[in-house]
Amino acid sequence: MKETLEAETLKVEHHTHSSIPHINRPPILEALMSKDTTVSRDEDALDNEMVLNMGPQHPATHGVLRVLLRLDGETVINAECELGYLHRGYEKLAENMTYHEYIPHTDRLDYISPIANNTAYCMAVEKLMKLELPKRAQYIRVICCELARISSHLMAMGALAMDVGALTVFVWALREREKLYDIFDIITGVRFTVSYMRIGGMAQDITPEGIRMVRDFLDGLPDALTDISKLLHKNRIFIERCEGIGIMPPDEALELGWTGPNLRASGIASDLRRDNPYLVYPELDFNVISRTEGDVLARYFCRFDEVKESAKILRQCLDKLPAGPIFAHDAKKVLPRKGEVYSNMEELINDFMIVNFGQDTPKGESYFGLEASKGELGWYLMSDGSGYPWRSKIRSPSFASLQGLARLLEGAMISDIVAIIGSIDPIMGEADK
Amino acid sequence: MFSFESVKEQFPEFTYEAVDVNGTPGALVSNDDVLRVANFLKESGFLQLMDAFGIDRNQKKGRFEITYNLRNHKTNERIFLKVRCDEKYPHVPSLTSIWTGANWNEREAFDMYGVIFDGHPDLRRMYMPDEFEFYPLRKDFPLMGIPGSIPLPHSEDADRRFKIPDRGE
Repeated sequence: MKETLEAETLKVEHHTHSSIPHINRPPILEALMSKDTTVSRDEDALDNEMVLNMGPQHPATHGVLRVLLRLDGETVINAECELGYLHRGYEKLAENMTYHEYIPHTDRLDYISPIANNTAYCMAVEKLMKLELPKRAQYIRVICCELARISSHLMAMGALAMDVGALTVFVWALREREKLYDIFDIITGVRFTVSYMRIGGMAQDITPEGIRMVRDFLDGLPDALTDISKLLHKNRIFIERCEGIGIMPPDEALELGWTGPNLRASGIASDLRRDNPYLVYPELDFNVISRTEGDVLARYFCRFDEVKESAKILRQCLDKLPAGPIFAHDAKKVLPRKGEVYSNMEELINDFMIVNFGQDTPKGESYFGLEASKGELGWYLMSDGSGYPWRSKIRSPSFASLQGLARLLEGAMISDIVAIIGSIDPIMGEADK
Repeated sequence: MFSFESVKEQFPEFTYEAVDVNGTPGALVSNDDVLRVANFLKESGFLQLMDAFGIDRNQKKGRFEITYNLRNHKTNERIFLKVRCDEKYPHVPSLTSIWTGANWNEREAFDMYGVIFDGHPDLRRMYMPDEFEFYPLRKDFPLMGIPGSIPLPHSEDADRRFKIPDRGE
């Protein structure tokens, strides 16, 4: 008798709240169920509310993102993301190695555009150490960053198209990226995780062959973009699946710390390349693309147009590229050239000291962020005067973008989820650090 | 050009310690002041919360420092707002009510340093498993981790199949 009574009470309790029993709920489920929602719905007569788990091993989550969805039929009432499946503790590692040793780790953050991460990190360290780069090095960095932006945007556009069913676009975008990998191979010596930048310069100078390859790529790019636009821009399926879903209002986007194409698609033309200029961007002519709709389609078009702007920047850089050194002059902070290390005593000593004990770093704090393909990628470095950073904080744009995901999913349909995730272009390596 | 003196004009009794983040203005404020200062900053245009993170200063007094990285997207200015708390009582007010974006960033700081944000709506671990007991970015947490702190998958069947032969026998 007692047992049946207990079972009865349990039943009543779980009916009054929801269909999910209360006992031993994991914290993420508790957070999901206690969350407020803006979705208005009718009295649930059938009590068919359910919780669906998506990821971390799901092809449309672009990595290992886990989203817990609370569904009413096919409508998402609210969602809760879980990160950390790719957490490798890069901030802890940074505190235990010299500034130079950390550069290969930055490749693994946003692995779609590793060269921009190298640049962001090296520039943050250079700002801390007050190093000034020669003009040629600055131009090469801009070239590398813009190539990385094209590579990343092509991937984002292709992946979004694939998520809504247009597989051809994905393959064509990857074909263009393959050419970019060949360029990186010639410029940096490595195809994927390049580790090209050095503190105060870069590993090696750009060769005439590299310049020729970039020019060839730029000549072929408009045709490739036209191909993609012919497949998508008047495609009823693509437009109707992307238009008007996942709308982010500009004020909320700002509060969430959104940056990059995601923020610009919501109507705020904020671009660090123009607003807080670094490198040689003030000398270059380019437009900041922005849209007002703030939906999935606007984010797609923002990226599409930014690829064209990047191509414009690249052409100007190749035309203006000056001759000269590619390394800053500061023997205590910049690694000497290998040829000098093997022939000069002074350089050998400096190389030994920098590699083994790190650079001479002034005490203090410093922050530098640049406009990477996904938004503001920055490093906050705190130095205690030794060769190791005391604190190295990565400000990653994907982390901020993903924070808005739950807001975007509210009220969406199940089939919209993949399009929304694809449109904010999260890279889990960066979001999880 | 923004200066923290303008906050002082608004709140005459407000005190702060100026911090220079390599040319960018910053201010260390007391835990009691931080909410209204943050509110004032948001009203004066710092709508973007770019980042919030902890720092372990490894000192008895004010061991943990929480830094808020704020940006005004109209004037393109950036400022840093800092608060500190002791190891004994690691509590600071949460700014989630002012910038919604502080939510995950503060969760991350809690996850990594164990700083508790009072008034945070959903203070769970961000990256580490919920049952993890340590705070990895504290300076006293070893780089190699603590063996056994995260249980590995374990089953009798796996033990039998992948048994490493004992060479002594």
